[in-house]
Amino acid sequence: MVATDKPKYKIIGTRPARPDGVDKVTGRAQYGADLKLEGLIYGAVLRSPHAHAIIKSIDTTKAEALPGVHAVATNADFPGSSNTTEILEPGKANERWAADNILAGPKALYHGHGVAAVAADDMHIAQDALALIEVEYEILPPVVDVQDAMQDGSPILHSGLRTGVRAAGVDTKSDIETNLASHMRLERGDVEEGFKEADITVEREFTSSQFHQGYIEPQNAAAWWSMDGRLSVWTSTQGAFSARDATADILKIPVSDIKVTPMEIGGGFGGKIPIYLEPIAAVLSKKSNRPVKMWMEREAVFQATGPTASSYSKVKIGVTREGKITAAYCTFAMGAGAFPGSPVGAGVQCALAPYAIENQVVDGLDVVLNTPKTAAYRAPGAPATEYAVESVLDEIAEQLDMDPIDLRLANVAEEGDRNSSGTPWPKIGAKEVLEAMKSHPHYLSEIQGEDVGRGIAVGFWFNGGMESSSSARVNKDGSIALIMGSTDIGGTRASIPMQMAETLGVTYEQIAPQVTDTDSVGYTAVTGGSRTTFAGGWVAYELGQMIKSEMKERAAKIWDVDSGSISYTDDGEIVGPNDKDGNEQKFSFNELAGKLQSTGGLIAVSASSSHTTQGAAYGGHIVDLKVDRDTGKVEILRYTAVQDVGTAIHPSYVEGQIQGGVAQGIGMALNEEYYYDDDGHLMNGSFLDYRIPVANDLPMLDVELVEVPNPGHPYGVRGVGEVPIVPPQPTIRNAMYDAIGVRFYHNPMSPRRVLDELL
Amino acid sequence: MQAVKYARAADIDDAIRLLAEGGDKARILAGGTDLIVQARERKRDVDLFVDVKHVAEFMSLEYDDSSGLTVGAATPLYELYGDKTVQEKYPALVDASTVIGGKAIQGRASLGGNLGNSSPAGDSLPAMIALGGIATVAGPNGSREVSVAEFCTGPGRNVLESGELIVSINFPAVSDSEGAAWQRFIPRNEMDIAVASAGTWIKLDGKVVADARIALGAVAATPLVATGAAEALIGNELTDEVISNAGDAASSIASPITDMRGSVKQRTHLAKVLTERTIRDALDRINSQ
Repeated sequence: MVATDKPKYKIIGTRPARPDGVDKVTGRAQYGADLKLEGLIYGAVLRSPHAHAIIKSIDTTKAEALPGVHAVATNADFPGSSNTTEILEPGKANERWAADNILAGPKALYHGHGVAAVAADDMHIAQDALALIEVEYEILPPVVDVQDAMQDGSPILHSGLRTGVRAAGVDTKSDIETNLASHMRLERGDVEEGFKEADITVEREFTSSQFHQGYIEPQNAAAWWSMDGRLSVWTSTQGAFSARDATADILKIPVSDIKVTPMEIGGGFGGKIPIYLEPIAAVLSKKSNRPVKMWMEREAVFQATGPTASSYSKVKIGVTREGKITAAYCTFAMGAGAFPGSPVGAGVQCALAPYAIENQVVDGLDVVLNTPKTAAYRAPGAPATEYAVESVLDEIAEQLDMDPIDLRLANVAEEGDRNSSGTPWPKIGAKEVLEAMKSHPHYLSEIQGEDVGRGIAVGFWFNGGMESSSSARVNKDGSIALIMGSTDIGGTRASIPMQMAETLGVTYEQIAPQVTDTDSVGYTAVTGGSRTTFAGGWVAYELGQMIKSEMKERAAKIWDVDSGSISYTDDGEIVGPNDKDGNEQKFSFNELAGKLQSTGGLIAVSASSSHTTQGAAYGGHIVDLKVDRDTGKVEILRYTAVQDVGTAIHPSYVEGQIQGGVAQGIGMALNEEYYYDDDGHLMNGSFLDYRIPVANDLPMLDVELVEVPNPGHPYGVRGVGEVPIVPPQPTIRNAMYDAIGVRFYHNPMSPRRVLDELL
Repeated sequence: MQAVKYARAADIDDAIRLLAEGGDKARILAGGTDLIVQARERKRDVDLFVDVKHVAEFMSLEYDDSSGLTVGAATPLYELYGDKTVQEKYPALVDASTVIGGKAIQGRASLGGNLGNSSPAGDSLPAMIALGGIATVAGPNGSREVSVAEFCTGPGRNVLESGELIVSINFPAVSDSEGAAWQRFIPRNEMDIAVASAGTWIKLDGKVVADARIALGAVAATPLVATGAAEALIGNELTDEVISNAGDAASSIASPITDMRGSVKQRTHLAKVLTERTIRDALDRINSQ
């Protein structure tokens, strides 16, 4: 581990067991599918067999008549359903689209789009009932490719859609029907002048397929709309509060009428931020007066929950002979799926973030397609844009005959340099990461063998701040109940209590963390954006300070001294001035906890805070791989991920996050992709044919933690979970060239595509 | 899923009777690793499962030097590949049966089930064809023998008449001058369906190939017998050129489709690559005996 002026911590940096671990490995953890309620019935969704079709009519009469069926729902059951494709004001359009994605409005916009739902005594009856629903479709030609969708004459998804412009000086044909939902631009300096200064200019185009998050637990939700008007929802979500608010928006009921209880979550990676089943279960519950539970089959997960965007990129970079980048001009188009809102905005801001480039234009295009609406997926948008940039840089390094790390070091962004938006960076660890890569034994090792190659690339992600809330109670024995609003997808029930224990000087084990429902803690934004250990840690630190202050007040009362004369030690001891006889006065944390009830009551504190000082983070990856020229198959021989993690609160879980991100990135580089037939049908909606890597596809993924503490956090935390998915695609692509001399311009570089190049 | 019936056959005649009574919606249940999944996903309409796992003939695993190896149609793969005789004499069956599904699947899945399912990508099929496998089929009109090579007639379709079932599969005895191997190509290292596969059996006379059988999987609507590829070997020593000629002959009969698992170009090429690789494996096995 590379450490720079690392403070000495007692708890932070240790590796205690996570509190949810035993329940998970023994099968006791309660996931949404485990939920049992008195009178529970089961809901299922009928999905469109067509990628693009007008829904002329839906007849549910026969389904409703089937014995055991309690309720049927369609888009018409969502308030405000207008069955219209008229142009809407932006805010209203978003609400309309959110509802229409859950159950189709006037059109089915992708294969697997929900069309109607039923609730019945059991799932078998529900499925029989779905087969009795008669839907009349008028089939339309679909468009599933980003570039096709921008062509004149392409099928149009939304007749009311006009291009929104978020940049000055961008021409758009905003009076005509289009699939181009928005066009944004970031611009700095003078690119024309910049390219004139360049000795070498390289321009390349890239595409990538849609990739799914691939979480193991399918989406699920249960709802009980009781007769007093209160709606209770149990769901697998990355954000109980966002799920609550989105449900309220679609059902048009007050937020306070909904309580969302987050269940254990079996993976999300961004894909469990949107809601899919909650409003349907709610409507079915209201109609049936019964609690309704729903879950998706795996095929529905692939068909109808967010993959990440497919992409088209064009990147032009000019450099001097010395390797200094003089200008960059990038265009990124991303497929949003059926409704506007691809992650292109974030991708645009990340594309050039590792580098200090004075002259740059970065364009982002958001394009609708007849594919599932994309959802966030680990550093949303960044893997595609940085893949293109890092690939062009590899070609430039080759043309300059320069070490690819040296080329990056010659341009690396440092504190004070400005990013694409013009904002100066605070302390960041990009340079430290590159230096750690360059001196890493992996990079220094020889590579040998036929068709074996090495590649490197770096990646960047902002990380998120946003709002988090928690409350804490000190019990009479000194144990502490810590109630958190953040659902735990990555070990935050360990990483947040560790920070509170550090603050208070108590043990990790005496803090009992719990994730609770939306009625029982303050508003907390989603667990996403690598924000939770950062923001949750901030709140835990603030709660710790409040507890320390109150503990001093209580000791002051007992000793009858001014609280200002009392100190709180790093070991959690409360020390006062010596008494009249000169004896030392002090309490351990637990001793004083035992006196709280007689000095004003047990301590209960709560805090909500929103810090915008999250630290951006960089990672750099090195891979050695071997290509089988006969089959096109790639074997990963060695993989090293170097990353600035700020402070590794729990190093094992940090390493696990990085290894997980790398594994997913390798999947994107080599085998994962949505495969559509000519009619827009998704043909590989299963884990058999959507090929995420299995354990024996990968070697041990080595992790090198670089710790450049975030100055905007009491313990220097930077988010760690998203950066590692960014570099693998270009890292592997660059190594493929080293191995077999072929430059690839599409991901995944599946065996089929490799053979296409070699044969 | 509707309520379904399950019946446990007491013997072969009982199985035939149950199948006849059940009509079109009755199916033989061996391991159920295809059938139960298909029924649950409503891709196959089944209302009677006739379980044959309690009938000795369906669960047999026997070898002798005259009649060869007989494998019951429902004998689970883990028993097959765990058997010392099979490992020693029929390693091509081990090649194929150890990669079907995962460990849990192999505890239930069977050669007979793989054959009855008649998928063009069925992993064990090219290995069985290469080894000269003969299936014993029983039905209301008595018993007959069908070579595995002639068993499949299309994706999911085969020569079984209504009411017929597979009892066992027999493979001829092998000598030290014979060797066989099977390989498939999958993009991952496990949990995948073959993009293409090949099985090769060769018999040497000195250094010259006296006889050979080569079969291909996942490159046509049924597994293919690559007669031309075998003929390219017979009468020749296994030089690089001869092996390459066999590979070319194999890929020339491939008539694959492009789908989410592979393209025409890729599968045609892999037919050659896998044919050549299995010839070399088979030769290595003879030489190491």
